[in-house]
Amino acid sequence: MSTVLAAVRRNTELGLMVMAGVLTAGAYALAGLGRSASLPANLIPFLLIILGLLAVAHVAVRKLAPGADGILLPLAGLLNGVGYVFIARLDPDLAGLQAMWTALGVGAFVATLALVRRARDIERLRYTFALIGIGLLLMPLLPGIGRNINGARLWVRLGTLTFQPGELAKIALCVFFASYLVEKQPLLAMGTHKVAGVWVPNVRHFGPIVLAWAFSLVVMFWEKDLGSSLLFFALFIVLLWVATARGVYLGIGGAMFLGGAFAAWTIFDHVKTRFSILLDPWSVASDAGYQTVQAMFAFAAGGLAGTNIAQGSPQRIPAVSTDFIFAAIGEELGLLGSVAVLMAFLLMVGTGLRIAMRVESPFEKLLAAGLTAIIGLQTFIILGGVTRLVPLTGITLPFVSYGGSSLISNYILLALLLRISDDDRSRAGAGA
Amino acid sequence: MNTQIRRLGIVMLVLFSALFVQLNWLQIIDADDLNNHPANSRGVVRDFTRPRGVIQTADGTIIAQSVPSNNAFKLQRQYPLGPLFAHITGYFSFTYGSEGAERQFNDALTGNVTKTRFDPRELLVEKDKTANVTLTVSRSLQELAAQQLGQRKGSVVALDPRTGAILALADYPTYDPNTLASHDQDAVRETWAALNADVTKPLLPRTFRERYPPGSSFKVVTTAVALATGTATPAQPVFPTLRELPLPNTGGQTLANFGGGTCGGPLPEALRVSCNTAFAQLGLDITAQKLSPGAHAFGFNKTPPIDLPYAAESYFPPAGEFSRDLPGLAKSAIGQQDVAATPLQMALVAAAIANNGTVMKPHVLAEVRNAEGEVIQRYNPEPWLNAVPPDVARATRDMMVGVVQGGSGTRAQVPGVAVAGKTGTAQTGLDKSHVWFIAFAPAEAPRVAVAVMLEDQPSSNEFTGGALAAPIAQAMIRAALGS
Repeated sequence: MSTVLAAVRRNTELGLMVMAGVLTAGAYALAGLGRSASLPANLIPFLLIILGLLAVAHVAVRKLAPGADGILLPLAGLLNGVGYVFIARLDPDLAGLQAMWTALGVGAFVATLALVRRARDIERLRYTFALIGIGLLLMPLLPGIGRNINGARLWVRLGTLTFQPGELAKIALCVFFASYLVEKQPLLAMGTHKVAGVWVPNVRHFGPIVLAWAFSLVVMFWEKDLGSSLLFFALFIVLLWVATARGVYLGIGGAMFLGGAFAAWTIFDHVKTRFSILLDPWSVASDAGYQTVQAMFAFAAGGLAGTNIAQGSPQRIPAVSTDFIFAAIGEELGLLGSVAVLMAFLLMVGTGLRIAMRVESPFEKLLAAGLTAIIGLQTFIILGGVTRLVPLTGITLPFVSYGGSSLISNYILLALLLRISDDDRSRAGAGA
Repeated sequence: MNTQIRRLGIVMLVLFSALFVQLNWLQIIDADDLNNHPANSRGVVRDFTRPRGVIQTADGTIIAQSVPSNNAFKLQRQYPLGPLFAHITGYFSFTYGSEGAERQFNDALTGNVTKTRFDPRELLVEKDKTANVTLTVSRSLQELAAQQLGQRKGSVVALDPRTGAILALADYPTYDPNTLASHDQDAVRETWAALNADVTKPLLPRTFRERYPPGSSFKVVTTAVALATGTATPAQPVFPTLRELPLPNTGGQTLANFGGGTCGGPLPEALRVSCNTAFAQLGLDITAQKLSPGAHAFGFNKTPPIDLPYAAESYFPPAGEFSRDLPGLAKSAIGQQDVAATPLQMALVAAAIANNGTVMKPHVLAEVRNAEGEVIQRYNPEPWLNAVPPDVARATRDMMVGVVQGGSGTRAQVPGVAVAGKTGTAQTGLDKSHVWFIAFAPAEAPRVAVAVMLEDQPSSNEFTGGALAAPIAQAMIRAALGS
């Protein structure tokens, strides 16, 4: 039965991968046929590389995780492909680099599937992952290799390439949180003291995890990575709540968030600026609110069906290849395109949560939920910022934005989710 | 844990739904407001950084082109002949938008009308999607007109009466559009302020956007309407020889002939010497109920359908204006009082007579070609108005030939060519006049119609339309006919 299911899943995946490839190539063709023909013909080889890499990823899944879910990889491939077309169209100089990053991302994807044969293997390595995560977070602060870009110290420089280790740290710390919470779950779920009429667990059990979490938040805030701080905060609360089923953690988390947000608002000017831009971008439309206002104009210019690829002018939005790439998609593919991308992410989140619900091992369940929450929350934080729904905090759009660290870490995340779904299939097969 | 995971899914769905609603708000509901927001300059910038086709004259001279620039705009718009075609090409300015043909043909120049057939080869080669615009205007005629005007404020319009194709559209003063297309915003603002402060209005295309009293050149319209309405024939009536005409209902006011002369006789004689008393009487005879519609049939009170932005309407008062103002009717019949015409309109009057009474739509566009040189749009001449029947046009033409052969317009004579014309001198103050000459040739098969107008000339017998404007018309006709 398991082989039949595996065959069905792999063939579904293949069919969907072909569709993703056709959509990507079609989008590329449209960009090339645009009246301003802003896409140089010499980028075609890079497109073929991207399509080839997606095929490599599919073959790797066939070999290494034959029973894994068949929807996630095509979705990631579609987002990666569409993102590539837009990056090539927005900044042809980045096209080759993005192809290289995709290659490294797919390499990391294959390596993760090959190294992590069973998800429970990494459960035991929880403290190693905690150290790796914190080490990665601290790397940009090291003198010599750390780099400030756009006022945030998130990058390390290796040779000519810059890299954001924080992206990988999120996954490592998610693994640590999931395994730690599963181990201590009975203790954390049960109250031993009564504080303000609510039973809370012994603070001793919280020690290591709260320490790691608080330290990470301080580091991210120190590096002025507001988006990651927000994502990380929410991720931890979600994991704690899912693990313990205690609503009180949501209440505490919410109160801490409001308190923290207010403190950040009073202490840090850049946080205050972000809030005032959200409330009134127009009064600062030519300086602090420029990016937000230009993104709104881009969405409006796109309308329902978009200006068509390469026929809009999203280049006026600062950081349009990275954090703001969704505004370019909204302008040139219209509401139809922007909602299609939104739906792709929603499908990923839905699939990830379904994997979490089906798998039996609590660690894998929690890890799958956590990894899925990373994708969902990160997507919401950046898309909400770009569309002026929530304050803007710079963070990449998974699989779509330009950036090596983002692509590599998201492909690793994807591989872990696929591995968990394959474990589920193995046990289902064994039980039959 | 599954309950929590399910709830997490619901929270995610809510968050994504909020994004969905916000996208609908930005892209559909609020899109119009955002697109028209004053801070939104996307359209201008998009057009400004995009490749743009050339504009060229009928004889192949490029008068507007984009050349590479090494700043953020990538391209710099250039007008190689500077001021000569400024009022035709207009300008393409980042700061002040566009004007003239740059504005009119923006879609063609940027490639918006280029039909894209799917061609897979386009994926491998970069293709220029912009189109090039060829105008009907001739460089040699435009240069001649500008040279004839010299430093005198005025206009010269030459067109082909058979098609409405504009051959020259020159005026003075003008400006250099390169100064407004510059990427140096401060310099552009300075130039703009100076041009707007200049009392001689160099930014104004006076050929089609400024109106002047047409004076006696309007008598061509009065003549044609008189013939068409049966008020007069070339033989009847014979106007009394007068020095001045008493005006009705004024208690003794009179209307005098130019320079205090006496004149009269049948219609051809009255037109030949531009006899004010005869034409004032003729206007009264025609009646306002017929003269006003007659003038409107020539294009007065209508916006000429020329393919350049914001052409001005010429004006002849509606019949009702004269119900208690017969003196006004008499003065309007000789192109005074409130009558006002653009030089383009007076050229169209000449063209109507030349083209058997039919006014063709005036136009500057000849054709649009894509980057490969294939014609993708060609202007097809179309009639605009039927001013008078062909026999009336022919009779009027014969009288206009008389004006040039032995009347007020002898200086427009071209050896071996029958030229039909009419002078005009409209007093604008105590000692200033606008002088006019409208003409077409060859009379038997006209190929060119001309209107020449000079502003604020000193009032005297040496500074009449016949003396000053007719020679310019003569030069234009000679050049246009190649004789």
